[in-house]
Amino acid sequence: MTKRQLWQRFIAHLDLPLLLGIVLLMLTSLLVLYSADNAGWNRPLSQMANIAVALACMWLIANLPLHYLMRTALPVYLLGMALLVGVALFGEISHGARRWLNLGVATIQPSELMKIGVPLMMAWYFEKHEAALTLKNYFIAALLLLMPVLLIARQPDLGTAILISASGFYVLFLAGLSWRVMGVMLVAALASAPVLWSMLHDYQRHRIMMLFDPSQDALGKGYHTIQGMIAVGSGGILGKGYLNGTQTHLDFLPERTTDFIFAVYSEEFGLLGNLILLSLYFFVIGRGFIITANASTYFTRLMAGSITLTFATYAFVNMGMVSGILPVVGVPLPLVSYGGTSMLTLLLGFGMLMSIETHKKLVKT
Amino acid sequence: MSKRVELKNHQQEIFYFRLRLAISVGFVMVLFGALLVRFIYLQVVRHDYYQTLAESNRISVVPIVPNRGLILDRNGVVLAHNYSGYTLEITPNKTKDMEATIDELSTLIEIAPRDRKRFKKLLAERRNFETLMIRSRLTDEEVARFAAQQYRFPGVEIKARLFRDYPFGEKTAHLIGYIGRINQTDVEQLEENDLAANYRGSDYIGKTGLEQSYESELHGTTGVEQVEVDSGGRAVRMLSRTPPISGNTLVLGIDAKLQEIAEQSFGNYRGALVAIDPENGEVLAFVSKPGYDPSLFIDGIDPESWDELNNSPDHPLNNRALRGQYPSGSTIKPFMALAGLFYNIRSPSRTISDPGYFTLPGSSHHYRDWKKGGHGSVGMFKSIVISCDTYYYGLATEMGIDNIFNFLSRFNFGKKTGIDLEGETSGLLPSQEWKMKRYKQKWYAGDTVSVGIGQGYSLVTPMQLAYATATLANDGVGFKPHLVREVRSPRSNESRLIESKPEFDLKLDPAHLDLVKRAMVAVTQPGGTASQAAAGAPYRIAGKTGTAQVVGMKQGEKYDAGKLSERNRDHAWFIAFAPAEQPKIALVVLAENGGHGGSTAAPIARKVLDYYLLGKVPQPLPDAAGDEGEEND
Repeated sequence: MTKRQLWQRFIAHLDLPLLLGIVLLMLTSLLVLYSADNAGWNRPLSQMANIAVALACMWLIANLPLHYLMRTALPVYLLGMALLVGVALFGEISHGARRWLNLGVATIQPSELMKIGVPLMMAWYFEKHEAALTLKNYFIAALLLLMPVLLIARQPDLGTAILISASGFYVLFLAGLSWRVMGVMLVAALASAPVLWSMLHDYQRHRIMMLFDPSQDALGKGYHTIQGMIAVGSGGILGKGYLNGTQTHLDFLPERTTDFIFAVYSEEFGLLGNLILLSLYFFVIGRGFIITANASTYFTRLMAGSITLTFATYAFVNMGMVSGILPVVGVPLPLVSYGGTSMLTLLLGFGMLMSIETHKKLVKT
Repeated sequence: MSKRVELKNHQQEIFYFRLRLAISVGFVMVLFGALLVRFIYLQVVRHDYYQTLAESNRISVVPIVPNRGLILDRNGVVLAHNYSGYTLEITPNKTKDMEATIDELSTLIEIAPRDRKRFKKLLAERRNFETLMIRSRLTDEEVARFAAQQYRFPGVEIKARLFRDYPFGEKTAHLIGYIGRINQTDVEQLEENDLAANYRGSDYIGKTGLEQSYESELHGTTGVEQVEVDSGGRAVRMLSRTPPISGNTLVLGIDAKLQEIAEQSFGNYRGALVAIDPENGEVLAFVSKPGYDPSLFIDGIDPESWDELNNSPDHPLNNRALRGQYPSGSTIKPFMALAGLFYNIRSPSRTISDPGYFTLPGSSHHYRDWKKGGHGSVGMFKSIVISCDTYYYGLATEMGIDNIFNFLSRFNFGKKTGIDLEGETSGLLPSQEWKMKRYKQKWYAGDTVSVGIGQGYSLVTPMQLAYATATLANDGVGFKPHLVREVRSPRSNESRLIESKPEFDLKLDPAHLDLVKRAMVAVTQPGGTASQAAAGAPYRIAGKTGTAQVVGMKQGEKYDAGKLSERNRDHAWFIAFAPAEQPKIALVVLAENGGHGGSTAAPIARKVLDYYLLGKVPQPLPDAAGDEGEEND
């Protein structure tokens, strides 16, 4: 085999437009991390390691034929549920929440696994009952979603619970849940809001209250929002220039390499930079939608649609919380925030998208 | 036909799916559109506003640190309080040449080498944008001198701050502890507990003693002031203010005067004293000698003072009362006697004949009594009064280690007392299981013999022995010892009493208690081992002396205090409660290397009892405790 053939083979299952968008976002991540780390190489270097690992995993998944992917749905979901129950019973408490499970060799956060596991399971379930979908099927699918979400919300990890709910809802929506049922759900959700409110932990209520008045908790969580808004607002149209963000470099911004990295970017690159970033995201999302539209089976359509929409939701929720239109729920900016776990979860999703795109020719008649 | 329908369905399905997908695309566009609108609003419409906030006219959120709670003794005497004073502080980021600045400053204000070293340490550990203190407690004159020259020192300023002060200094150091600057470990701890917001602006946190264990009561709630500041950092306008809530006041069971007398009664001895009110567990005095000056630690201790404290052979930083573990010596005998009665091993009337040593059957090893030649015929009563070792060698052997372990555990030996201080040690009450775990060896009969007189493997802390003594004084009903009796909120004047409830009731036989207590009273009467120290007391003291061996003696060797270096001499113990009929105070005295309990430890106890029961202040106050006597233990 020639070198060229080998290379062809290597990239055969990669979707190049999608890969381009992802890589550009990753480069942005390294650029901003260097600034957020006060021109230090610490974070950028370890983010590079995160990226390398995640890309390798993405390549593996992309090369996995779809029927293998489908077969993993049930085991992954069951494992995820078992781990979540394990966390509820024996989990380690950190920062007032029980999210981690110590397996002796490593500490893991099972809710991360469910970000993929839940939509995978639901799509698999719909595929199995595709022939004759009734309201009962939607109800069971909703239950498959609700069980892990409640366990995660109890930990408490509101951010992840909301994101998983969203990814599950997208599957229901794309699977054709009738508008009438959705209407009923909306009304029910509004009606149950007071009940949910009473179930929330104090700090969660606090965070929601703060959305309306960040100055209420100016020393604690509100401080994040206020400083984030000042950073974004003071960036103006052209930004303060790379490495020149005062909010960032004078240490006003909290969590500036993780959840609030967008504030750093926005302060230094301004509205123009924001437009570029939004376009990059939209490019990746658009490509995801095209893959979804061309997907060959029911399962892959649902899966691809859910992955794409969830990715869009991540980006929206993070930028929304930094710019002060959403409460601070602790969602990283996808592909840009520092962190190995979220990078890995996202690229596993993109790996599936690529597999869906590149294996369809082999399946489709 | 059916194929056509399915095909149609399939196409319809695809159609519906794509419709939903199109709706999704629209949904994402709406979300991103909303973001874009928000960005335009923040970055274009409100840009000037945020620009000024960020650069020239910043809204500054200023935390207002609450006043730390006071610590008072039972009579309201202040043991820890705050006072305001001036400090000289430097902001490192605004100072170019630090060395030159400090040299220049020292021409105006005295800056000792110690201050410099401490400052360097702070500089190395600093967090961003902190101002660091170089001198504290400036005099008015110094403040005036600097104020006139301030323009020469950018980044250097005078600040008014609250200081923590401990009026009793080293006398209460091991009890009150101290606060110190918040370090990285503290920050992590605070974040872990979601308390970081309440500590914004706080520089200090309780590090040891009550300052540490009651940190959450003492700290208070931080207030917030939102102010608009100009480019020079001066506040222009206050926007809103939430006042801070001061920390709660702790009222202790400690009697400061008693504490002082106890401390001074030790003279030059190292050691510990714990006095407890047996009826409710309130700790009346808590001494560990030597103490140290807690104020050294508040703003970071300079390396020299630290080395001096840390490397001193006297180990002043060691809280002996709480953490010191010693063989209990003969002070264990009253408890062993109770155990013997409880298990029906020895009746009170049964006497043994003491030849001056004890041997296990089939062994020639002599376990010696402290008195050569022995005490002759000894019953239980006499065994306590004259502290006969041979009697307890035999008793322990007959009882067996399991019974000893079970009975003494009930008096809380081998367990932490649970007093409201952190870092307590649990002593050691040996058992078969323990020895197997620790040494992978089975328990030998010989091990039990020395446990009978509080030697061998067994170790107690002064705190434990005090608890057990108080429990004995209170006829077997144990009140968990605690230092704080009341927590007062300075704002609402509400106060919470720390409940004194019995932790356990051993349900001891009154006849057994009566015998042991009478014997303990006889200890302080003529003929007893502590008769001299108790002579002339107008109340009756129940007590027991003890001597804990520091180095072992070979067979046939004689203990000679003169021959041993000072630090290898025996530790002197005395436990007591008084008045014996209706005990108001139970206490433990340990004098390290003090020799005999009766001659060294008991006189210290006497002074404390005299003050507590009679209000008698010893004259002259700082009197070295009794010297090496000929008395025996």
